[in-house]
Amino acid sequence: MIRNVEVSYGSVAALKDISMATSCGNRVALVGPNGAGKSTLLKAIAGLVPRQGGSIQWRGTAVKKWSREFAYLPQREEVDWDFPITVSGLVEMGRYPHLGLWKRYADKDHQAVEKALQTLGITDLRDRQICELSGGQQQRAFLARALAQEAHVLLLDEPFTGLDRNASESLAHLLTELSEEGRLILASHHDLESAPQLFNECLLLNLTQRDFGPTAKVLTDSAIEKAFAQAPLQASTTETSNP
Amino acid sequence: MFAPFQDPFFQRALLAGLLIGFTNGFFSGFVVLRRTALSVSALSHTMLPGIALGILITGALTQANAFIGALTAALFVGLGSVVVSRTSRIDQGTALAILYTTAFALGVAALKYLGNYGDLQHWLFGDIRLVSSNDLWLAFAIGSVILLGSCVFFRPLLLTLFESSVASAQGVPVRAMNYLLFLMLILALVTSLQAVGCVLSVGLLVAPGATMSLLTNRTPVLFWGGGILGAFGSVLALLCAYWIDIPAGPAIVIVLGTAFLLAFLLSPKYGLLSGIRRS
Repeated sequence: MIRNVEVSYGSVAALKDISMATSCGNRVALVGPNGAGKSTLLKAIAGLVPRQGGSIQWRGTAVKKWSREFAYLPQREEVDWDFPITVSGLVEMGRYPHLGLWKRYADKDHQAVEKALQTLGITDLRDRQICELSGGQQQRAFLARALAQEAHVLLLDEPFTGLDRNASESLAHLLTELSEEGRLILASHHDLESAPQLFNECLLLNLTQRDFGPTAKVLTDSAIEKAFAQAPLQASTTETSNP
Repeated sequence: MFAPFQDPFFQRALLAGLLIGFTNGFFSGFVVLRRTALSVSALSHTMLPGIALGILITGALTQANAFIGALTAALFVGLGSVVVSRTSRIDQGTALAILYTTAFALGVAALKYLGNYGDLQHWLFGDIRLVSSNDLWLAFAIGSVILLGSCVFFRPLLLTLFESSVASAQGVPVRAMNYLLFLMLILALVTSLQAVGCVLSVGLLVAPGATMSLLTNRTPVLFWGGGILGAFGSVLALLCAYWIDIPAGPAIVIVLGTAFLLAFLLSPKYGLLSGIRRS
């Protein structure tokens, strides 16, 4: 549950009054125009940017800064694809929050990594450098890391961007499977046409929350027109900012 | 051919080459992953005015005041660039360029008042064949600190370098990790002073990691392989320097530079020739 979340960058408000209650098994799309705060909301939930107000509750407990059960998958351009790391090395990183500084990489961790690779169907690619994968395979590798982390909330920043049709369909199928297994998926998404097929719930936002509910009900023509009509920057200055 | 191994000076130089080469080679993995080779170059040049100012203040050139001078100057310029970038709109690269050239200019201006030029040139280009037992212990102590720090904090450091935002979301103190990397970098630079001098030390701290990054995608291999390459490259260079009578410091950097060039050309996966063959 997210209640009245607020985020600012300096004196500029990036998000105000975002509230929603959802549960495991759902796929939630964050929809809004460019600069509406979709990525910022994901980062605020993941603990990547500080929240100026509001609260996040997961399984009845307040999430102070971050939770091991949340996994954030960045946008493609935020990843250093030339970093010398293989797919299995990347997925092993998902075990780091469990291992901390000192714990030895044990059989349990090895099994979690193997299971994640298998579930995502990328066992054969384990020795490939992440740059040598297709866009769809790269998404799978990062999702495998989230599974190895045993995360129950997957925070995906524009996961379908840059994927061809086959890879998009495959990822959509995968996200459905993962949500049916009991995970909660929150993803920023810019394609209004495909959103109802891919996500069962939708948060429409443009700096502030416009609507939240079942995707078909939220993404009506009039609601979209209203949310997208206002340029995000027009409402971006907080009350505390100087004129 | 094996005559140099009988010479106690050469034996100490070999041990120093192994120690310093391994430590710097291992740490070069972080330099390559952080894409900060140019910053390392700036910091290595900063050590010269540090030493000069150390001599100016104390009136003598000793191992201790050279070490403290180099460390202070590198810390001042390195951390100063972080402070400037964090508190103004100037980015860290620009701040570093201004601070290190200013520090270097101060050092050059101070040279006139030092008197003893010859000794200072020794710090500029190093001479591993003159290491004393104390130098060896110092290299051993600093190398141990760097390797221990790198191994203990390997996971958070790697995560910070790969995706600092995700590292932060997983509770890694990203800022502290960046400061730790910076401190270990300065220590590594200071250890290489004796071997290759401050001008060439950047070669020891970049070439092994860069070479390994052309040969492997496995992160542990990048680090340990860099260490082994740095150690054995230094030993090979010392032998070459002895046999063909060239200075040891430049020989180390030439051997490591040659290894990089070979990897660049011949790496099975990322080499220029294999790329041409594939296309």
